[in-house]
Amino acid sequence: MKTIIKYVLLDLLKNKTILVYTFILAAITISVSGIGDNASKGLLSLLNITLLFVPIISILFSTIYFFNSVEFTELLLAQPIRRKTMLLAEYAGIAIALTIAYLVGVGVPICIFFYNLAAVILIISGLFLTLIFSALALLIFVLFKDKTKGIGAAIIIALFFILLFDGLLLSFIYSFSDYPIEKPLLGLISLNPVDLARILVLLQLDAAVMMGYSGALFKKFMGSATGSIYTVICMLCWTIIPLITAAGIFKKKDI
Amino acid sequence: MIEIAYLTKTFRKFKALDNINLHFERGQTISLLGPNGSGKTTLIKSILGLVIPEKGTIRINGNEVKDNWEYRSQIGYMPQIGRYPENMTIRQVIKMLKEIRKDCNRYDEELIEGFNISAVHHKTMRSLSGGTRQKVSACLSFLFSPDILILDEPTAGLDPVSSELLKDKIIKERTNGKLILITSHVLSDLDDITTHIVYLQDGKLMCYKTVEELKKSTGQEKLNKIVAAIMQKNYREEYQLHENNY
Repeated sequence: MKTIIKYVLLDLLKNKTILVYTFILAAITISVSGIGDNASKGLLSLLNITLLFVPIISILFSTIYFFNSVEFTELLLAQPIRRKTMLLAEYAGIAIALTIAYLVGVGVPICIFFYNLAAVILIISGLFLTLIFSALALLIFVLFKDKTKGIGAAIIIALFFILLFDGLLLSFIYSFSDYPIEKPLLGLISLNPVDLARILVLLQLDAAVMMGYSGALFKKFMGSATGSIYTVICMLCWTIIPLITAAGIFKKKDI
Repeated sequence: MIEIAYLTKTFRKFKALDNINLHFERGQTISLLGPNGSGKTTLIKSILGLVIPEKGTIRINGNEVKDNWEYRSQIGYMPQIGRYPENMTIRQVIKMLKEIRKDCNRYDEELIEGFNISAVHHKTMRSLSGGTRQKVSACLSFLFSPDILILDEPTAGLDPVSSELLKDKIIKERTNGKLILITSHVLSDLDDITTHIVYLQDGKLMCYKTVEELKKSTGQEKLNKIVAAIMQKNYREEYQLHENNY
């Protein structure tokens, strides 16, 4: 497993996309951090950027990478290696590379500019988003045989969670506003990793006004500590469940 | 050494393998023959566990292939179209496989020397010609001196010198008591190396006999004539069946 991770990382180091991604993240973080005098405002803009960029880049890049390394997979599967080991090692390689890119691009500048708990939480939620969306990419890779279809699915999934889900949530709230829907709403929010990441950071920022309906609910029902723990557990599930499902499907797949 | 029983595999509605029963032993060189799409590669991939069969079992040295992976350390596989990570050099690919196969510490580098791979060691897989790629595949399949060698169209795309070299190596390994499975459409290449013939058609096993038996029954000496005779026989039977139906 270690050997495979090593070679995936070596291959990714040569990949320019990762470098460009790191560079863009760093440029945005530094420029946004330099603008405002209010630390919490700066963090909020960074949060929005993280929520927009990290999911879509992670899922697209990972999907394309998995489909492009089909040869690598084929070569290794004829060797005495368990299929699950092979798949998870490939995932680990790419997740590590993207994590490093995020840590260098966002983590380091953030720690320099605002060193507080909220900044650390922002980094953690960004890391979770990276892990979750590359796990979803792995699931896409296992489910689709065709690269074009896979990339299409990746774009749809990313857009669904970033844009569409909130719209659906709003329409849900609007149409059932006469009923006590707070609790079902909490459950629904757990279905979107991007929302979970947002809430995780906002719970630390005390910016209740900007949290919107879902954030206010979380704060009211759970308080900061329980809410944070709950979101972290949900995000862990969002990482692990796609991975387990992908490994299960891959076991029965014809190469 | 390899026992295949009632093996069946369908892709959607297409029956790629239909109830195949075979038994291979050490020291045999088996030629898997049949027209395009007759299920040769599917059979090979099922043995390797790359294709999961629907029905039937495959046993290698008594151990079932299903849900097992250790047995692959005894198999050297040379694919029909060798596909490798494009950015890696030949040296890196060989090194990586050696690192992955920590269980093996004696390497058979005869072919690497024979093909003079070290001269092109630094080239990336992307830049290789089809023939050189094929040579790399051949080297890798023999590298860990496995007991079973599965070669899918090994001589396609190789120049005559390399092709002869590979054939000599195959004969040498067979006399060392290894089991070798070959598919090829270049029958003249198989002439001196093969001991048994498996003929597949539309996923069905048509014949599994030794070359000697076939020579006797068809009265032909050369492999391509023998195969032509088998094909004609099948065709004739099918034709008769067809006529009887009307």
